[in-house]
Amino acid sequence: MKNWIALLLLCIALPASAADFTVLRPQQSSVAFVSKQMGVPVEGSFRKFSATFKVDPAKPEQGRARIDIDLASIDTGNDEANQEAAGKAWFDTKSHPSASFISSQVKALGKGRFEVIGDMTIKGKTLKVRAPFALEQKAGALIVAGSFPLKRLDYGIGSGIWSDTSTVADEVLLNFRFTLTQ
Amino acid sequence: MEALGYTRTAIALHWLIALLIFVAFPLGVYMHELPLSPDKLKLYSYHKWMGITLLMLVAIRLSWRATHRPPPLPATMPSWEKLAAQSVHVLLYVLLFAVPLSGWLMSSAKGFQTVWFGVLPLPDLIGKDKELGKLLEEVHEALNFVLLGLVIAHVAGALKHHFIERDDILARMLPFLRRNS
Repeated sequence: MKNWIALLLLCIALPASAADFTVLRPQQSSVAFVSKQMGVPVEGSFRKFSATFKVDPAKPEQGRARIDIDLASIDTGNDEANQEAAGKAWFDTKSHPSASFISSQVKALGKGRFEVIGDMTIKGKTLKVRAPFALEQKAGALIVAGSFPLKRLDYGIGSGIWSDTSTVADEVLLNFRFTLTQ
Repeated sequence: MEALGYTRTAIALHWLIALLIFVAFPLGVYMHELPLSPDKLKLYSYHKWMGITLLMLVAIRLSWRATHRPPPLPATMPSWEKLAAQSVHVLLYVLLFAVPLSGWLMSSAKGFQTVWFGVLPLPDLIGKDKELGKLLEEVHEALNFVLLGLVIAHVAGALKHHFIERDDILARMLPFLRRNS
């Protein structure tokens, strides 16, 4: 019964046409990042995130997306660093458990590449970001993948002693990959 | 006629390697207890740079040794002592390779590449693997304590020769200590 209500709500929330890809396959999706520590690129990711999409590969410019990331699900590859990242100086997940991205516009860049413009909210601060991405259709699924740089200090991520960018660089590269089905 | 001492190159390499061990070892013991901070990240990087420098110096030292025979041990030394001294030397060389190499592999397994002096990225010889990283951390630690034991034996042997036997074994590495010309 609950599932039916959820499905009904989803249908109301996303009036999708038959061509729209709307359902996220979390196992084949990822939100990852590369930070530079002492000049060394270090990979990490967020294990939990949710997303609502409405993308028609024939009309990508009309696509819409909202992504919510559970910041406490950060995986830096190191337990101590995970705890530190959840703490006040970094994401402060107690006050700000999630980060969100809400798209406002999609532009075609040519050669099958696009750019999404939207509002990124992290730690209570909202800034406009642009992220180039590509679309790929594979075995009935639509893959939306791209990457863009983000300046962590713009959002106050890593304050205090960590604001020293000679140890952890200001720029962090975000890599996203969302696999969608209809 | 056989040389009495080591060549200047061998002496320089020996003491540079010794210096690096005496800095990198306590630094390693100290840094891994620190809470996560920018200073900790810096110290880890310095430790790794020192380790890779050590690995290169040991490689140079071994190739130098292969082409420049070390001075012979005194004929008066009992054969078991010669065997003991040579065994410690062989094991020291093995450990001087194994210790930095295990650190390098550990860094790769933990997903933190080694970039020598922040400039030269070293290849990750193994992929990121959390469990393997933990295992290599223990291997790196254990090898270091074996190295510590060998260094103690090596230093004790050299001091025994200098202060008890009163021969010129130590002077081969510290020419200013030479007693008999």
